[in-house]
Amino acid sequence: MISVSDISKSFGKKGEIKALSHINMEVREGELFGLLGPDGAGKTTLFRIVTTLMLPDSGLVTVGGYNAVKDFKILRSKLGYMPGRFSLYQDLTVAENLTFYASIFNTTIEANYHLIRDIYVQLEPFKARRAGALSGGMKQKLALCCALIHKPEVLVLDEPTTGVDAVSRKEFWQMLRRLKDEGITILVSTPYMDEASMCDRLALIQQGLILDQGTPDGLVSGFPDRLLSLATPDIYRAKAIVEKIDGVDDAYIFGESLHIKTAALNEKAIAAALAAHGVAAGEVRSILPSIEDVFLAKMHDVS
Amino acid sequence: MKDRILDTDMSIEAHNLTKKFGDFIAVDSISLQVPRGEIFGFLGANGAGKTTAMRMLTGLLRPTSGSAFVAGYNIATDSEQVKRNIGYMSQKFSLYQDLKVWENIEYYGGLYGMSLRQIKEVTDLMMHKLDMDQERNTLVSQLPLGWKQKLSFSIAIMHRPRIVFLDEPTGGVDPITRRQFWNMIYETAREGITIFVTTHYMDEAEYCGRVAIMVDGRIEALGKTSELKTQFGASSMDEVFYMLARGAKRNE
Repeated sequence: MISVSDISKSFGKKGEIKALSHINMEVREGELFGLLGPDGAGKTTLFRIVTTLMLPDSGLVTVGGYNAVKDFKILRSKLGYMPGRFSLYQDLTVAENLTFYASIFNTTIEANYHLIRDIYVQLEPFKARRAGALSGGMKQKLALCCALIHKPEVLVLDEPTTGVDAVSRKEFWQMLRRLKDEGITILVSTPYMDEASMCDRLALIQQGLILDQGTPDGLVSGFPDRLLSLATPDIYRAKAIVEKIDGVDDAYIFGESLHIKTAALNEKAIAAALAAHGVAAGEVRSILPSIEDVFLAKMHDVS
Repeated sequence: MKDRILDTDMSIEAHNLTKKFGDFIAVDSISLQVPRGEIFGFLGANGAGKTTAMRMLTGLLRPTSGSAFVAGYNIATDSEQVKRNIGYMSQKFSLYQDLKVWENIEYYGGLYGMSLRQIKEVTDLMMHKLDMDQERNTLVSQLPLGWKQKLSFSIAIMHRPRIVFLDEPTGGVDPITRRQFWNMIYETAREGITIFVTTHYMDEAEYCGRVAIMVDGRIEALGKTSELKTQFGASSMDEVFYMLARGAKRNE
């Protein structure tokens, strides 16, 4: 549905700031696809190119077979875009904003009401309020309604959950699931590693490079090393010892436990090494890496 | 009640701490104890009362009732001493972007009442430790986000406070920077400085020793993350938080 091939984009007088380097990414029809990366990774630049709002230096983007550069006029009616920064009219009311967006797409609120109903009922008590006076969560819901009002085939959302609390975030992802069930293809970016599991597939982006892409489980199973966890009362001492063991790539404290990344060693070897130093370690067990661990491993591969 | 508690192993002791704004009870009788050197996570949805609680604990806001001792000082009667003995860092606001690295350090050192000589010593040590010796004359706005954050944290503890308050310290940073940042936090805790982290991001919560979860002004759960997960039959802190916070009456 969305095909990004070899897209590059630089900024600055001499193009010295490389925002995107040879990006390749494929979003299939009807899927909820996540673009996961920290601030400054290039997420917004890529989304602006996909939504026809910015020209790439090189490469090709197609959405539903249409070229994002040449066919921008056609694409704009097929795309719904919710930018990262709230960009509705602050001094129009909720209802006025929605009517405005419906009319510039030659449609009405009633025509596609079924798409926004679940979200709009929560906004309805405030429909006479000016958008600028809404709370953060309500602004976000209004922006989503406006992006959906023309029944887009593809919905692109730039960091919709940034700065939103955990409960609202969860509800927002549930809303996206329902829209996906309506057949809308969704491309969404987030800096929060723990949201990876909400996506069908995702791409990891850092410094303008795609580090990896796949399903959340696929990315985790591609983790090259073993990750071990151990609980001990003297976690700082255990860390100092473990770091010196040959074959340990990394050791870091994670709340109450010590996490150990190693390609060469198993649970027994770590436990034995700690025992030799007189550190009473509880059980050393193998754990599943998180998307953050996968991201870290890929960052090390690149640098 | 006596003004100074003797038990200095306790960095924060709050008893039935309450703040009302008119009829609105922003913080409703919360009690907690944070021992020295602990990394304590303070979680809550928007509007749960985190900020109000933290403003009381940092001596910026007087409680309506209840009491709290921070670094051994009564927040109601000795707020100036409280402020001298704590550090504060937020990702949203931390350093002056249009001042150089050394200027920021000198400025904050001055605010904390340090002498120029002390500030110079601390600056040398900090620049060496952060591997930023070449960046002393760099404008903070020119530093990468990760460096800013590490610098900002180092400045928040440059006067060796008893406690440092961190307000959503690592939202949006890359995983390598975040790991490095949490390594600094663990080292600092090990040196005996207590860490109080407020956040609504559960992946930050997982790094904490113990956490408290606030809902509608009250502490609804408090304990080690492993204990809370067991208690609520959840596999992650995100689930625990969702179970507690979805029943909230207030939001934003």
